[in-house]
Amino acid sequence: MQTVKMVITGPFSAGKTEFIRSISEIDVVSTERKISSEAERVKEATTVAMDFGRITVDEDLVLYLFGTPGQRRFDFMWEILSEGMLGFIVLIDSVRSETFREAKHILEIFRSYAPTPYVVAANKQDLPDAWSPEDLRIALKIDSNVKVLSCVATEKEHVKNVLLELLYSILEGMEEGT
Amino acid sequence: MALKGNLRDFSTTQLLNLVNLARKTGLLVIQGQTDTARLYFREGKLIHANIGNADGHLADMLLKAGKLSAEQAQMIQTRAGMQSDKQLGLALMSAGYVTQEDIVQSVKKHMLDIVYTLFSWNQGDFQFDQNLLPSDDRIAVPINLENVIMEGSRRIQESEQLQDELPDLTSVALRFTDNPDARLRNVNLSVEEWRVISFINPRNTIKQIAQSNGMDDFQIRKIVYGMLQAGLVELARPEGMAAPAVGGRRGGVEKPPAVKRSVVERLITRIKRI
Repeated sequence: MQTVKMVITGPFSAGKTEFIRSISEIDVVSTERKISSEAERVKEATTVAMDFGRITVDEDLVLYLFGTPGQRRFDFMWEILSEGMLGFIVLIDSVRSETFREAKHILEIFRSYAPTPYVVAANKQDLPDAWSPEDLRIALKIDSNVKVLSCVATEKEHVKNVLLELLYSILEGMEEGT
Repeated sequence: MALKGNLRDFSTTQLLNLVNLARKTGLLVIQGQTDTARLYFREGKLIHANIGNADGHLADMLLKAGKLSAEQAQMIQTRAGMQSDKQLGLALMSAGYVTQEDIVQSVKKHMLDIVYTLFSWNQGDFQFDQNLLPSDDRIAVPINLENVIMEGSRRIQESEQLQDELPDLTSVALRFTDNPDARLRNVNLSVEEWRVISFINPRNTIKQIAQSNGMDDFQIRKIVYGMLQAGLVELARPEGMAAPAVGGRRGGVEKPPAVKRSVVERLITRIKRI
């Protein structure tokens, strides 16, 4: 059986766990802990090692989704999770501009791990104060050839769209490489 | 959709750059520690500004610009009463106190003084509301933001902040953004900036450009930061240099896994069916 892997990364509280939960056919294997830092207490628990989801294509092919921990002190996990990835998704909390710098930093780190295609998903677009994908592209200085997609991680159709766009980017990369 | 945040996380320079590149129209309100600034934009150009309780009366602007004496300004404000800035401007020109050019330059100076003040604000909540414009009685003078961003960046004195923005000078080069000639014609560059421009080439690292011009790290950071924010140049990997491992521990770039096209197509088909 062949397995392929995609990584969902992004800053703390960007919605990575919800993203995987919305599409995985199994209950997401999540390694969450209660938040200890007062500064980061915007949600009850956070991912400290990884989230793990699965989509079975057929008996010969399985797609695994790995969500990275968002807090910087667990960044030793990022490189481990990135090994062998087919592509990656950078999830951004479109409402919390204080996390944009961190999102850009994470994006650059994952780019340095492997020259795999990636897309940026502007999450929480259902909230009134969300920055639009167009504004986020400018704010984070994202290349024009990289897709910045509108997303609500709790909506399965949005998550499907982000995954599909990443797969289309991977296909385009293959065409350019041949 | 309002843009909200804090200058602590998204600086004045970055905000103006966003307004400029996205050609935004609306009102940007920044709540500073002591004052509140309001900047109005139309299609990415600054058209009106005020700060604190000062309403930005035309007579005050002309006084500050030295076009009127204190007595004249006082007298005009008393007599003008509820007259709008536009009406007052016409009356002053008719009376021969000032020229149209005096008014335009004074309004510009008033706006620029406010904007340049904001570059030194390191924190403060901001909100941008689309499509809000100043009242019609105001004199709106459009100002291109590229030069404002350049000049504002020149005034950023904090080397730590610059270092934060451009930490690595030895493995990063510069290249012009698309169509730089058109942009450069509208930007006022200092002699030092032109000297840096003349060395921009993907073969030269920023450090090498600095050394060629006898500049220290702070000077080159300041110039490059200004040009980056104005959208004239962008960072590039120097030719012949491997991709840096930003924060990585392997020191090299891993090749992507060999996956056949048919595998990706099967994944697409499966996800579409979910």
